[in-house]
Amino acid sequence: MKTSHRMTGAALAVLAMAALTSCGSGSDSGTAAAGSVTLKFLIDNSPATVDTAKALADTFMQANPTIKIETETRPGGSEGDNIVKTRLSTGDMSDVFWYNSGSLLQALNPAQTMVDLTGDPVLANVAKDFLPVVSQEGKVYGVPGGTAMGGGILYNRKVYEQLKLEVPKTWADFVANSDKIKAAGIAPVIGTFKDTWTSQLFVLGDYYNVQAAVPTFAQDYTANKAKFATTPAAQAGFDHLAEVHAKGYLQEGFGSATADQGMKLLAEGKGAHYPMLSAQLPPFVATMPQAATDIGFFGIPGTDAAKNGATIWEPAGVYIAKTTENLEAAKKFLAFVASPAAADAVTKAVPPAGPYRITGAELPDDAIQAAKDLQAYVDEGTTAPALEFVSPVKGPSLEQITVAVGSGLTPAAEGAAQYDKDVEKQAKQLGLAGW
Amino acid sequence: MTTQDTGPRMGPGPAPGRAHARASRRRRDAAYPYALYLPAAVVFLVIFLVPTAMAFYFALTRWTLFDSEFVGLQNFRDFLAEQNLRIGFQNTIIYAVVTSGLKVVLGLLLGVLLTGRLRLRGFLRSVVFFPTLVSTVAVGITFAMLLKPQTGLVNQALALVGVDGRDWLGDAATALLSVALVDVWKGVGLATVIYIAGIMTIPREYYQAVAVDGGGAWHRFRHVTLPLSWPATYSVIILSFVGGLRSFDLIWTMTRGGPGFTSDTIASIIYKQYQAGFFGLSTAGNVILFIVVTAIAVPLNYFLGKRQVTA
Amino acid sequence: MTALRRLSGEVVALVLATAIFLVPFGLMLLTAVKDPEQAIDLDFAWPTSWPVVENFMAVIEARDYVLLRAYVNSTIITVASVALLVVFAAMASFVLQRRPGKVAKLADFLVLSGLIIPPAVVPTIWLLQALGLFKTLPGMILAEVAFNLSFAMLLFRAFVAAIPRELDEAAQIDGCSGMRLFFRVIFPLLRPVTITVILVSSVNIFNDFVNPLYLLPGDENATVQVTLYNFQSQYNTQWNLLFMDIVLITIPPLVLFVFFNRKIVAGMTAGAIKG
Repeated sequence: MKTSHRMTGAALAVLAMAALTSCGSGSDSGTAAAGSVTLKFLIDNSPATVDTAKALADTFMQANPTIKIETETRPGGSEGDNIVKTRLSTGDMSDVFWYNSGSLLQALNPAQTMVDLTGDPVLANVAKDFLPVVSQEGKVYGVPGGTAMGGGILYNRKVYEQLKLEVPKTWADFVANSDKIKAAGIAPVIGTFKDTWTSQLFVLGDYYNVQAAVPTFAQDYTANKAKFATTPAAQAGFDHLAEVHAKGYLQEGFGSATADQGMKLLAEGKGAHYPMLSAQLPPFVATMPQAATDIGFFGIPGTDAAKNGATIWEPAGVYIAKTTENLEAAKKFLAFVASPAAADAVTKAVPPAGPYRITGAELPDDAIQAAKDLQAYVDEGTTAPALEFVSPVKGPSLEQITVAVGSGLTPAAEGAAQYDKDVEKQAKQLGLAGW
Repeated sequence: MTTQDTGPRMGPGPAPGRAHARASRRRRDAAYPYALYLPAAVVFLVIFLVPTAMAFYFALTRWTLFDSEFVGLQNFRDFLAEQNLRIGFQNTIIYAVVTSGLKVVLGLLLGVLLTGRLRLRGFLRSVVFFPTLVSTVAVGITFAMLLKPQTGLVNQALALVGVDGRDWLGDAATALLSVALVDVWKGVGLATVIYIAGIMTIPREYYQAVAVDGGGAWHRFRHVTLPLSWPATYSVIILSFVGGLRSFDLIWTMTRGGPGFTSDTIASIIYKQYQAGFFGLSTAGNVILFIVVTAIAVPLNYFLGKRQVTA
Repeated sequence: MTALRRLSGEVVALVLATAIFLVPFGLMLLTAVKDPEQAIDLDFAWPTSWPVVENFMAVIEARDYVLLRAYVNSTIITVASVALLVVFAAMASFVLQRRPGKVAKLADFLVLSGLIIPPAVVPTIWLLQALGLFKTLPGMILAEVAFNLSFAMLLFRAFVAAIPRELDEAAQIDGCSGMRLFFRVIFPLLRPVTITVILVSSVNIFNDFVNPLYLLPGDENATVQVTLYNFQSQYNTQWNLLFMDIVLITIPPLVLFVFFNRKIVAGMTAGAIKG
């Protein structure tokens, strides 16, 4: 009896306390002191984004003392997609937010949820070829945050030097190199299938070659006319993945290795090639300085050496939520984000993983090797944006399918067919025309 | 000692007359007023049932969170046509049976052991309960470390006794069972505390009676502890079986349903649809899972409830 | 002789239990004190350097001391929701078990549904918004009560069944019924299972991760589990800091458990039914 009384008492006391404390930290995101404004800025929690956002916010606040930027982090990946969607759809989004460009943006209903920036001076310095990936139906919604990155093969230049290898221009060269590397007792290809997303690179990073062989693929694919399984150039990515496994190129334990471990293997020269995004590198340079110079980048080679090139991932966008009460301050911030001064500030905090999409912003001379390699492709004009930036269609199960193909559980052709089905499901769920 | 679970129960003594019965029922109703349901019912109804009912409507729509379009049963057809649903279904059953079975057996054994006259009882209780306190994410990462092919402790220990380990989580043949065993590691502490409570509730007199009859430890276990800790067994079975049927968080942190799709369960397939932003489809999957689990759990609940009467 | 055998048996049990249950914890501790480069390996190698203090401070200071705020928030949420949960669930289970009929059948079904159906996140947000409880601790507390109610009721109901009805009848003759019957006679007898429910549901709620992520967004509202995201992202993980964080958020409940262990056992025994 005594206990129960005490317990209910305690419960009520705690509840009362909870009610009080929560009132204190209510939602006062709007104006703070007289004349000053606080902008909330939602970003993903990857170290590169956190550091970039911090550099942007700090530099901006120095120049604009009346505007305070408060960053708030969220998880990345599909969990993060859902948080962003939930917050936009429940009207609870921060004033400004950082989110992917390309197909993922299309799923956010920008017309309903974001401020239209078309023709706004905010866009003055944004590279023209970036605009399509932050647009829907001709209206522009964002500015580029961070740099573009390459999706292809990160390779250990020391290993290449030792074995006197040359950067391969065709897939056959790549296989020949890998055989020599294997003979030298080094794992030719690093697989890190514990982090399933890393298994997709052979397929997604091959898009430059797909587009070189079938220029209309993106269009036809979006319109439900072209398929991976029936387009040999598109299925090649799956074939490569199966071949790498069948030839025993992967290191031991690829099934349970993580992306971080893969990067370490590459930097230490225990593995020679790592199909990866170049943006993975900068956070590593702090702990492993040799990664800046020893690791290079090349695009996944195709069948024709004359048509060699690389696939590029566009930077994420920074957007303004329609629900913001501080539109003017938010636009001021976006204009800064898309300025060469902002790029300089970011470069100081995070070594760029590729070229900026801001006119007048250049890579520094001491940029990491992989970024320089990527810049060379850009300068030659031999790049193509990844498929997800030119088509809204992307199946959600690709990473599981590529793990299955890359582990020898599923034949390449079957994997490509499974992915076509997966894509069909997504297109239907998006309600796209022609599916 | 034990009371009936369902159906009206008459008091002891000769069968009462009609009027008498009505009077006694009135008295009984007064003793157990429905008002005691009220606080629980209000919270449950408002915060759980209403959103759930709304969600069930969305199972019939193509729902992007921003707008929804009524599509009838299309989501259900799509979910049932999901490429790996059959593997998922098999895995779900295997996982639920393995985890709940082991939790019952080990939980009961540990419960008996830890209510006995063990000197280190207190310490061991803390040790067994400890995994329950660790978050799933931490458990997932730690065991992924222990189960790694070359450097993992499990394989190093196996190598000492001359057994060749494998890439437990990266190998399609062992991934699901490895996760199930980790689930048992994490969940057995909970089963154990429920059993400890159950065994503690058994009146001492029963044990004394067995002692008077000259029964040994096995006799005590078989004829007193086992039958009289039935409420605990019932709770552990229902909780861990239903938990096993809809489990995905540990699977998700350890294998993401992989390699490929080989350790997918229905719940992880649903979660993937949700992650992909197919909210209507994932809700339809949840409705299907609900029907499947209900179809298994209701008869189980009924059967176990019956046992309770005769125990 | 038997004493010796007994002792050796206990030693074996101790060694086994330690190996199975504590080795993983040792691994967590070890990783928590390594430098970032070595921590990536995620193995049992002895640390080459010991940045214990650095890691500790990095975790505490991360994102403007969010961990400390998270502790306060998680404690409030856990204590308040468990208190409400125990009282609500015990009361309801008592009637449910004692008064069979149509209402009980419905309640039974709802309890089972609550166990089976995962909470619908987005509609729950709408609802909490409509009630003005979204992004508030009271809203989160009520949500945790609702989500854990089924589990608590299942346990309570099974154990109410073990309390002889004769006790109710005796109490009724003394003029005790309804609320008074419950609080004076039944609830004290439920102490062993009450302690179990408190234990288990506080662990569940303290460790809840998905619900606070959606129902209580924002740094000022962070809960301990959400702080794990400070060190683990899709692309990179700072393993040493992640594990330091894990250790830091696991130890307080562990210490509490060890500390109260004796009391817990005493409470369970005191509640045992005599006769």
